[in-house]
Amino acid sequence: MKKSMFLAALLMSLMFILAACGGGNAEDPTSGEGNEASGESGGGSEEGSGESGGSIIGDGSSTVFPIMEIINEEFNAEHGMAAEIGVSGTGAGFERFTAGETDFQNASRDIKEEEVAALEEAGIEYTEFLVGTDGLTVAVSQENDFIDSLTFDELYTIYSGEAESWSDVREDFPDEPITAYGPDQSHGTHDFFKEEVMNDEDVQAELIQDTNQVVSSVTADPNSIGFFGYSFYLNNQDTLKAVPIQGPDSEEAIEPTDETVQSYEYPLSRPLFVYAKNESLENNESFRTFMEFTLENAAMAAEETGYVALPEEDYQEQIDQLP
Amino acid sequence: MQLVDKDQVAKSLGGRQLLNKSMKFLFLLCTLVGLVVLVTLIVDTVLDGWSHLTWDFLTSFSSSRPESAGIYGAIIGSVWLMAVTAPVAIVLSVGTALYLEEYAPKNRITNFITVNISNLAGVPSVVFGLLGLTIFVRQLSLGNSVLAAGLTLALMIMPVIVVAAQEAIRAVPSSVREASTGMGATKWQTVSRIILPAAIPGIITGIILALSRAIGETAPLVVIGVPVSLLVTPNGVFDTFQALPMQIYNWVKMPQEEFQYLTAAGIIILLLILFLMNSVAIYIRNKYSKRF
Repeated sequence: MKKSMFLAALLMSLMFILAACGGGNAEDPTSGEGNEASGESGGGSEEGSGESGGSIIGDGSSTVFPIMEIINEEFNAEHGMAAEIGVSGTGAGFERFTAGETDFQNASRDIKEEEVAALEEAGIEYTEFLVGTDGLTVAVSQENDFIDSLTFDELYTIYSGEAESWSDVREDFPDEPITAYGPDQSHGTHDFFKEEVMNDEDVQAELIQDTNQVVSSVTADPNSIGFFGYSFYLNNQDTLKAVPIQGPDSEEAIEPTDETVQSYEYPLSRPLFVYAKNESLENNESFRTFMEFTLENAAMAAEETGYVALPEEDYQEQIDQLP
Repeated sequence: MQLVDKDQVAKSLGGRQLLNKSMKFLFLLCTLVGLVVLVTLIVDTVLDGWSHLTWDFLTSFSSSRPESAGIYGAIIGSVWLMAVTAPVAIVLSVGTALYLEEYAPKNRITNFITVNISNLAGVPSVVFGLLGLTIFVRQLSLGNSVLAAGLTLALMIMPVIVVAAQEAIRAVPSSVREASTGMGATKWQTVSRIILPAAIPGIITGIILALSRAIGETAPLVVIGVPVSLLVTPNGVFDTFQALPMQIYNWVKMPQEEFQYLTAAGIIILLLILFLMNSVAIYIRNKYSKRF
């Protein structure tokens, strides 16, 4: 008796939950459109078999993600279907790409040799596309009045822990202790800095998972320094000062601006990639449309999310490359 | 003869009483620290997020444009996820607890299993994510579906429910058990009519704790590869989905300041869902609680 009452209550609560889900779906206009559209384009399969005709799946870098999310929204508005995009990070994303689970892979760095080898072994052919450019920005607080530029060597002394006070970095800097910040190892930004500036040696700094925390730590202390993606600088220009950087084979320090980042004059400019699976480009009509749409709209999306677009003709050139 | 040395007592009395009072104060302080942090967190979140908690926010999909970003897909996805996780975890865990407490012989092997289940409760969630990725996503090729993620989370929270359920079952007085057996009831009759109803309040407490953990968990979902940008809601357990904690985690990382407010608004929604889930559970607990 009691048992059956309890079971009934449990069942009812379950049914309530399921009913709520069902209702939610019925009200959802986008999902309906999406299904129709994928039906037209050769039939999206209902099962998540991965090899379905209409579906578009991407994963990878969280740096590239905002660009792709904006493109995805626009794509959905125009074509009535959308991709599924994750943010597991460049490294983990490549693993999924190699396993054949994704059609495209967002990357905030070049593909590594091991990854090329793994893809070859898995028999996955890919095409590399550029969607935008990021300028890794080294910044100090607006209140910092002594830093007007830094060279790669000076950055190295700061981030290798060799210098403890600013006067160790350059003689005319004050004798104040340095606090260096940066995003932690889970970020492509960290890897890029380590590779370009630190000659692949470990970064000795306060490494923080949440980049916004790096920004606020640097803002709070005039003797601190930090690095992050260009968009974080753009969104905090009133409290941060970008440090002009002098590259190893350059005579002058360059400040990161839209122009210097786009032209790669700024030494810490880095390309943002999307790697697309050739097989999907050839056999999945909706994915091909999606990639074409991506390249057509990447300039707009990159600028809107705080990155720098490529020169226009570069996008056109890449569209012509599509099979 | 003097049994109590009054001088001795008087000498140490002050110190003892002081210690007595200060301990009370100390414990009160401990409670307050937790309370203050909790209230600050909630007030801060509500203040940040309240103004962004609009109907549009609840009914739009995620976006990298803060003005049009919403949480609809994430809410529906999280509800789907819980609809898979909860029944699977509850059935498996209560079954395990019943077997270990009522049926299994009390020997070293049973003890070994019990200890290991307690240990499993402390395994970091990301490890369960890797397990889910290997077994459900890859080997059973369920992909990053509701089912794969739901099963992974169910495995993750199982130990918590098992331990709580074991405690609850153990707390049922053996006199009731013996009485039931004495009346000629079979083991199953005793378990289903006497022990389970009596243990339900304790079991439900464990379920509340476990499901609260599951709904807020991000790490395993990241490992499984649950998407953040997805402009459809799932139609079944084999479809992929979005989840609230993933959405919140993604917004925290965005450079635009508005996303910090959206994060807060998302957290409010997550707390509300948690609160709703807990109220249902507490209702069931009070309704069926029975004391011996």
